[in-house]
Amino acid sequence: MPNLKDLKNRIASVQSTRKITSAMKMVAASKLRRAQEQAEASGPYAERMGRMLSSLAANVQDSGNGPKLMTGTGADQVHLLVVISSDRGLCGAFNGSIVREAKRQIVRLQGEGKTVKLLTVGRKGRDQLKREFASLIVESYEDVGRRRLGFSDADMVATKVLSMFDAGEFDVCSVIFNKFKSAISQVVTVQQLIPFAVATEAAEAAGAEAKAMYEFEPDEEQILAELLPRNLSIQIYRALLESAASEQGARMTAMDNATRNAGDMINKLTITYNRTRQAYITKELIEIISGAEAL
Amino acid sequence: MADKVEFELVSPEKLLKSQPVDMVVVPGSEGDFGVLAGHSPMISTVRPGVIDVYEGDRVVDRVFVAGGFAEVTEARCTVLAEEAVALTDLDRATVEKQIKDLSEDVDDSKSDAERAAAESKLAVARAKLDALTQSSAH
Repeated sequence: MPNLKDLKNRIASVQSTRKITSAMKMVAASKLRRAQEQAEASGPYAERMGRMLSSLAANVQDSGNGPKLMTGTGADQVHLLVVISSDRGLCGAFNGSIVREAKRQIVRLQGEGKTVKLLTVGRKGRDQLKREFASLIVESYEDVGRRRLGFSDADMVATKVLSMFDAGEFDVCSVIFNKFKSAISQVVTVQQLIPFAVATEAAEAAGAEAKAMYEFEPDEEQILAELLPRNLSIQIYRALLESAASEQGARMTAMDNATRNAGDMINKLTITYNRTRQAYITKELIEIISGAEAL
Repeated sequence: MADKVEFELVSPEKLLKSQPVDMVVVPGSEGDFGVLAGHSPMISTVRPGVIDVYEGDRVVDRVFVAGGFAEVTEARCTVLAEEAVALTDLDRATVEKQIKDLSEDVDDSKSDAERAAAESKLAVARAKLDALTQSSAH
């Protein structure tokens, strides 16, 4: 028969766990709202940048000698993967699915005989990838945007990527992150950053009108040479924001489930506790009665 | 002047301003340019400097930007700024201190890349100081 005191302790501990998980859920919910607002606020810049890029790209493509960031190095040998994960755990499958996708990509690329390099953002992703692919990790960042994710954080990552690109350390760069779909669903997304693929349809549509329209000052190539690194920062910034919102969404869902499970467990334990107590009482009664009868 | 031009100032973190104005003067990298309604479409890079927003003949708003891009169409002027601060929020002493710190950074920098990064920051800080000097001279 289970010990009454143990059961009581067990119930108390599950109750405090439930308190923690439900508090974490609330915190995640409020952080999620902030992260979403931030993601929305960055929309206008990215959208206008995209518009300028596509009209510029349409002009430069004709001349046939665009900057390397757009046309690529001409090779496809070394791939750099930027893996964005979180610093903290307790957010369900968030980090697990990122790492799984990263591994899949690494295995696929290596299977094709390509060299893979990794740049990780976030502690969890780095720790998990380090077990198998420690030699591939060239750089890792932690505590990115711990207080509040700023553009400077993205700029820092982008600067590193650019300096590696300028040094010819890789040919193709992709970023792997969780795209925020809703609080309960995040989609692992792989997006190619270098060479930058301008959405072709938009470029053609914009190109047709832009070619006749815009004047450039200084010329297209120079503007593009400045715009592309900036665009890289923006793309990374967007990915970081999406990932931050997804993380909070995933944590909220995970904590919601945990709170519910703790509740179920408390109910079950309470029933067991009550039954056991009843059993003890009955047993004692029987003992007293049979003792009295024996006299 | 009946026609107004829609002025938008956007930083990566948010949309800072979106309002119809009579004229904006943008510090383009090849010289300042004023944008009125019906300006011919163009795209230009922006150097660190001050954007003046005109309402009638008066300057109603002065914003410092640390470089970026400007897209002008007939009805709209969009500035994508890397950093934007209202001129009234800039403090002379802070800026002077920044310049001093950054000049030291330039001297201390070990590699070319480091030096270039510090120098570009210094240029931004200097432009801030220029902007302040000019505005106090007015």
